[in-house]
Amino acid sequence: MKILVTVKRVVDYNVKVRVKDDNSGVETANVKMSMNPFCEIAVEEAVRLKEKGVATEIVVASIGPAQAQETLRTALALGADRAVLVKTEENVEPLGVAKILKEVVTKESPDMVIMGKQSIDGDNNQSGQMLAALMDWPQGTFASEVNVADGKIAVTREIDGGLETVGLTLPAVVTTDLRLNEPRFASLPNIMKAKRKPLEEMSPEDLGVDIAPRTQTLKVEAPAQRTAGIKVETVAELVEKLKNEAKVI
Amino acid sequence: MAILVIAEHNNEALGASTLATLAAAQKIGADVHVLVAGSGSQSVADAAAACEGVVKVLHADNADLEHATAESLASIVKANAEGYTHILAPASTYGKNFMPRIGALLDVQPISDIVSVEDENTFKRPIYAGNAIATVQSNDPVKVITVRGTAFDAVAATGGSAEIASVDASGNISEKSKFESQELTKSERPELTAAKVIISGGRGMGSGENFQMIEEIADKLGAAVGASRAAVDAGFVPNDYQVGQTGKIVAPELYIAVGISGAIQHLAGMKDSKVIVAINKDEEAPIFQIADYGLVADLFKVLPELKEAL
Ligand SMILES: Cc1cc2nc3c(=O)[nH]c(=O)nc-3n(C[C@H](O)[C@H](O)[C@H](O)COP(=O)(O)OP(=O)(O)OC[C@H]3O[C@@H](n4cnc5c(N)ncnc54)[C@H](O)[C@@H]3O)c2cc1C
Ligand SMILES: Nc1ncnc2c1ncn2[C@@H]1O[C@H](COP(=O)(O)O)[C@@H](O)[C@H]1O
Repeated sequence: MKILVTVKRVVDYNVKVRVKDDNSGVETANVKMSMNPFCEIAVEEAVRLKEKGVATEIVVASIGPAQAQETLRTALALGADRAVLVKTEENVEPLGVAKILKEVVTKESPDMVIMGKQSIDGDNNQSGQMLAALMDWPQGTFASEVNVADGKIAVTREIDGGLETVGLTLPAVVTTDLRLNEPRFASLPNIMKAKRKPLEEMSPEDLGVDIAPRTQTLKVEAPAQRTAGIKVETVAELVEKLKNEAKVI
Repeated sequence: MAILVIAEHNNEALGASTLATLAAAQKIGADVHVLVAGSGSQSVADAAAACEGVVKVLHADNADLEHATAESLASIVKANAEGYTHILAPASTYGKNFMPRIGALLDVQPISDIVSVEDENTFKRPIYAGNAIATVQSNDPVKVITVRGTAFDAVAATGGSAEIASVDASGNISEKSKFESQELTKSERPELTAAKVIISGGRGMGSGENFQMIEEIADKLGAAVGASRAAVDAGFVPNDYQVGQTGKIVAPELYIAVGISGAIQHLAGMKDSKVIVAINKDEEAPIFQIADYGLVADLFKVLPELKEAL
């Protein structure tokens, strides 16, 4: 079985982002960029399925600027076999991402697409569901466990009340949640090997996809700031403050 | 112009998140309709019809919708979308699962997790774990939106008397995806997203057994129990306890963080709480920068004292 994994290049999760002074966006110049953490989990899951003999080939795809090559090379070092970069300087919305991926999926015909549940920059949580809808495929979102058997998959999903398991026919889209696995680190020899793995480039135009944005960001502001309050010395003092000052208990 | 709100429910009662979503719909304006898709869900349709401001309820009741899948829900909504300018659902794992599918089927770009309605085309939403708030304008003919419940005051669950129209969903049931089973966390305590008081534990708790100390205090305060990702990953508590950027968003009157350092991903889920208390033995822990009351102490000493003092 063939698996397509998507990886997005985002501002590293450790960076405290700052809103630009002109409120046009957040500062991304000279900021550390990394693979979206949920995509790392997606790559890891595909690699484990390959190690188990369930998957035979892993193709990894990214949509973004030339630097997204680095993100793809990371995925190759972690065990993906080849990479596809759909190169664009535009900021592509999830609808555009899903349309581009639909063309990639149509070309590659994978049995499963594994994506992150959410990009930690836009916090959209949309692209996987949208790709699944465009393909008319079933989806297993927020996955904490994936079991493949007899042309079907069972996906255990993290939901607000606990866990839910759905059974899907293949092909299907899976989106990862935090508990699906713990991603490995790439070893130095594998990083070297990854440099020689194939990386194909194309553009949204090559795929015939219109990615014109449907929404416009009018401004980006810093959120209301909270300030530190006071330190209390004892539990008795804390309880007294909560009762008489804050009046919340 | 009419707005369709997709109800979240358990086939018995309407979820509190739906009432907040209705509030957002009323801010947009126009006639508000509610779609209830479920099985044996008459009481939910009745409850939706009774909500303040609702003028019509579409009720799709079908045995295959007991645990409706995203595939079926999206198909039902698409089939009934004609005439609506806005389609709204709560930004819970329920709404997030199927709403983007609807966006794709209607060829529109959905807007996730709105925290304010500026006008009928313009909304605010947090990005980058709440470190920035974007004002987004949609140019699509239909707006597909999920609503952050903590940002809107619930509408009254009484006062309305909407007509209920039944909808035949038998042609919209997906064969490709089937509900198999669920394992819901059982609790007598209030739901995290609706609780007035929350006490959360982090990695500092050390073990699942030690969460007993948190539970006892929660019982005294009538509080819900939450956790950081680290506590969930370590297996101390189930996944649905996680508060944060990629877990639950909460905004209670009182949030007590115990043995939680205060990573931005955790703060994203709780920094809109009215009063924040932090208990941590490290006085440099970032959680203290946003806490109204900080207690620098060993939680193993302090929690038993707190239980006694309440
Ligand atoms: C993609 C992504 C998504 C994430 N999503 C979330 C999310 O939704 N929610 C979330 O919470 N995190 C999330 N995280 C994780 C986040 O970055 C932090 O790793 C996590 O919040 C840390 O949890 P913690 O504060 O419990 O653990 P730690 O950071 O290890 O802090 C433990 C704290 O306990 C204190 N402590 C230890 N022992 C005691 C004691 N005896 N008495 C008192 N204090 C003590 C320590 O001083 C320390 O401050 C996410 C991370 C990523 C990469
Ligand atoms: N530009 C992109 N390139 C590759 N994958 C993407 C891109 N945008 C989104 N995705 C995938 O879709 C997931 C969800 O993203 P989002 O819908 O933006 O929250 C991410 O974790 C990625 O796996």
